[in-house]
Amino acid sequence: MPFAVVLILLVVGSLLFHLLSPWTFTELASNWGMVDFTVDITLYVTGFVFVAVNLFMAYCVIKFRHKKGARAAYEPENKKLESWLTVLTAIGVAAMLTPGLFVWAKFVDVPEDAHVVEAVGQQWHWTYRLPGEDGKLGEVDAERISDDNPFGLDPEDPNGQDDVLVYNGEIHVPVDKPVKFLLRSKDVLHDFAVAQFRVKMDLVPGMNTYLWLTPTKTGRFEILCEELCGIGHHTMRGAVIVAEKDDYATWLANQSTFSEINSAPAGNASVGAAQYAVCASCHGQQGEGIAAMNAPKIAGQSEWYLKRQIMNYKNGVRGTHADDIYGQQMIGMVATLVDEQAVDNVVAHILTFPDGDVEATVTGDVTAGRKHYNVCAYCHGKDGMGVQALNAPRAAGMSDWYMARQLQNFKDDVRGGHLQDYHGKQMGFMADILHDEQAINDVIAYINTL
Amino acid sequence: MAYVAIADRDHEIEHHDPQTFITKYIWSQDHKVIAIQYSITAIFVGLIALGLSAMMRLQLGFPDQFSFINPENYYQFITMHGMIMVIYLLTALFLGGFGNYLIPLMCGSRDMVFPFLNMLSYWVYLVSVIILLISFFVPGGSTGAGWTLYPPQAIMQGTPGTDWGILLMLASLAVFIVAFTMGGLNYVTTVLQARCKGMTLMRMPLSVWGIFIATVLGLLAFPALLVSAIMMLFDKTLYTSFFMPAISSMGADPGYSGGSPILFQHLFWFFGHPEVYIVALPAFGIVSDLLSTHARKNIFGYRMMVWAIIAIGGLSFVVWAHHMYVSGMNPYFGFFFATTTLIIAVPTAIKVYNWVLTLWEGNIHLRVPMLFSIAFVFTFIHGGLTGLFLGNVTIDLPLSDTYFVVAHFHMVMGVSPVLVVFGAIYHWWPKITGKMYHEGLGKWHFWMTFLGTYAIYLPMHYLGFAGVPRRYFAMGNTEFLPDSAQDLNAWITMSALFVAATQILFFVNVIWSLTRGPKADPNPWNATTLEWQTPDTPPKHGNWGHDLPECHRWAYDYSVPGYEDDFIPQNVPADVAPAGRDHGEGH
Repeated sequence: MPFAVVLILLVVGSLLFHLLSPWTFTELASNWGMVDFTVDITLYVTGFVFVAVNLFMAYCVIKFRHKKGARAAYEPENKKLESWLTVLTAIGVAAMLTPGLFVWAKFVDVPEDAHVVEAVGQQWHWTYRLPGEDGKLGEVDAERISDDNPFGLDPEDPNGQDDVLVYNGEIHVPVDKPVKFLLRSKDVLHDFAVAQFRVKMDLVPGMNTYLWLTPTKTGRFEILCEELCGIGHHTMRGAVIVAEKDDYATWLANQSTFSEINSAPAGNASVGAAQYAVCASCHGQQGEGIAAMNAPKIAGQSEWYLKRQIMNYKNGVRGTHADDIYGQQMIGMVATLVDEQAVDNVVAHILTFPDGDVEATVTGDVTAGRKHYNVCAYCHGKDGMGVQALNAPRAAGMSDWYMARQLQNFKDDVRGGHLQDYHGKQMGFMADILHDEQAINDVIAYINTL
Repeated sequence: MAYVAIADRDHEIEHHDPQTFITKYIWSQDHKVIAIQYSITAIFVGLIALGLSAMMRLQLGFPDQFSFINPENYYQFITMHGMIMVIYLLTALFLGGFGNYLIPLMCGSRDMVFPFLNMLSYWVYLVSVIILLISFFVPGGSTGAGWTLYPPQAIMQGTPGTDWGILLMLASLAVFIVAFTMGGLNYVTTVLQARCKGMTLMRMPLSVWGIFIATVLGLLAFPALLVSAIMMLFDKTLYTSFFMPAISSMGADPGYSGGSPILFQHLFWFFGHPEVYIVALPAFGIVSDLLSTHARKNIFGYRMMVWAIIAIGGLSFVVWAHHMYVSGMNPYFGFFFATTTLIIAVPTAIKVYNWVLTLWEGNIHLRVPMLFSIAFVFTFIHGGLTGLFLGNVTIDLPLSDTYFVVAHFHMVMGVSPVLVVFGAIYHWWPKITGKMYHEGLGKWHFWMTFLGTYAIYLPMHYLGFAGVPRRYFAMGNTEFLPDSAQDLNAWITMSALFVAATQILFFVNVIWSLTRGPKADPNPWNATTLEWQTPDTPPKHGNWGHDLPECHRWAYDYSVPGYEDDFIPQNVPADVAPAGRDHGEGH
């Protein structure tokens, strides 16, 4: 008897859990309401079967449980009953399958007027490419991918010259217009998934895949990678920004094409030298860093990283957190660099500095730190020299007190908490595995030995 | 097919009874000892996999609270947990363990037809387990590629364990498949060739049917895994490009070109989907016998049950790509595979109906094996129904790669078979050991396992609805997720740790039974099948003493009208007791 009661309670409890659960589909933001409809039909059919069969079983357990002198019936089979049950099941299955196939047919068939966006996945970032004014994407080839040509575009292909390249994790699309996402991976499998859009598809190196949808709401919708792609899988985030037509046009006008990026003049170190005078008061004449001024060593740091961080300060992506006192100071300083060209110039000047040694100021347990660093090494390299393709800057031979502070900032979301700081957010995830100050000191102590 | 009379030529086959401890218990060729060796080894590695799941649940329930868990070993935990549970525990336990123990006894045979091969099968399996365990200790640790081992990721440097771990994993799988093939050929041949006189195919207990068809599936499916393991080993060590297209990995060109990652997925799931049924069919068969015996009633619709097993086995080879709806394969495949997948629901539903209808008008004894069996039907209904979501191609768009999938396959392929494993162990324990177990402890073990696992996996589906992806070390601040998703994760972790801890009750019961359990009756459940009719309990080497049994009826003559006892063993002749039903008379 208790057993049957428990079975009944489990059925009732499961139903209640389902009805009261706050954990349901997120609010729909695309045309794929039909997917939700298919799910609903399936819920009704399977819910009915779940309740009916289990309650029947509980009833049997109550009614036919052993009593003294009882004897079971002898009924090897009942063809009629078995046939009926088979037919009813087949009808239920058809009721679920038919809408499923119908919706899938729509999903497979992309509207001809769809706006095309290429989403490119790599360990562990998203970048994007738009076809430009000619409406054609240029040829790409995995073997042509390099730090200078991360998309692997063919420089000779005229179709590719006006391709718009988007390097941070965000892509904008216009609302209420069908969009076809062409999906491409540079390295391993990834998956492009936006919960509010309901659709997802894997990215497969060596081939192009796709999905399409019509966004119906404006706003920011987070992209998650949903196919295991290595140790940074959970940190591979991006976002689709669905915007009104005009806002979209404004955004698009600010993006650079392949040919614009290629023809941009290189930074001029001698021009940059004059601008560096402002920086020198804290970072030192040779970029060696001055701990007393809370300014880290910048000599020897990678060009792309210096530029990105300065741009982040300029764009309010870094240094805007109330607790980031030193970051806030930087915002004032970078304001003296009026445009991107000025940033390029000053970075070019920094690159002329000799890469001197730094004094170790953080002490910790090197052996413990080495264990932690195993995880860091996936991106920053075993030698700590950084890997541009992974957006991981150099750590070895840089100011250790500064790195310790930044790790703490990442942990506390003082840095990397800004929505547009996708690389910072990634580091935030990774910094979280250092549980306390001791762990941070240990890993820094190990980096000091590299 | 009629029985072939190898078994009748018994006197021509020499049986060397083992003399020493070593030949009796270590290098044994007795199917019962091999079964126990397989079972103990499988349960041992299963406990390791259980420990791994506790580690990953700690991270998910309480992110970043435990300094011994980081993304690197987290992915190693999930990979090894999955691989061990599916292959080294469930496959080995159902086929190597129960298959070995039950086939000869239920078919009325002396032993497997190739006893030496059978022994070899276990030792090779042990080698595969040892290789697997070594991979935890090599530089870089075991592989963290996920149990599906999808390339390119599985052999590229962004994944943990690509130095040595993945090599040992693939090598271990290859060795396991060799072991399985030796065992599998044996089980199939024994079922087809060594049944006792009168044991027609349509008189065989459903346990044997389930194990038999599962073994056939294994023999057809494992080669696909074997070749993919070997091809991936070549890709990794010889830089062939079976599965590897031209890529740019971490800013460098590793030198591959022209291969297809999707090809691996097809091969993997051509094995992987039948694998689900390699685990499920023995469970289906065993639970049928347990329900029938403890309800004192014949299994309802025996013939339908047999054909359903065969139909499910056959269909399981044409549904594999439902694991790949959003893999980027040609999307038009979706129509075909969604249709075949939902068709498989029909024979599966028939099995469920027949289990429940077996209880109807029965005389239900709620002993421990019966509790586990009915609980299996409950969890299997749940897991089967959620399969109808994922099998339907459209619904895969939102739910694939989320916790809904994890919850579904754990309910259907984790909880359900494990409930059967426990039910079966309790059921056959008296025959295997000659001792009774502690009924009270067994019931406690049942309640905690059943309710605890449901508390884990029911809520987990809803994490999937909310959009939590699987194989995430941490969610961080993900905008669309409510904060309560983390509370739910904490609850799931608490439940999981509770279930893991309560398994101690099972081992306490084992020790209690072996040391002070009362002597078991040779047929404590008054069951009809032949394994309960052996002259000795536990059965001795050769099983049957001087004369082999003869089978005179199907396996389900329970509560036959006009006969005093409520069961008639299969070896009772028709002139002694009425034939309940003229089933599979043959000749």
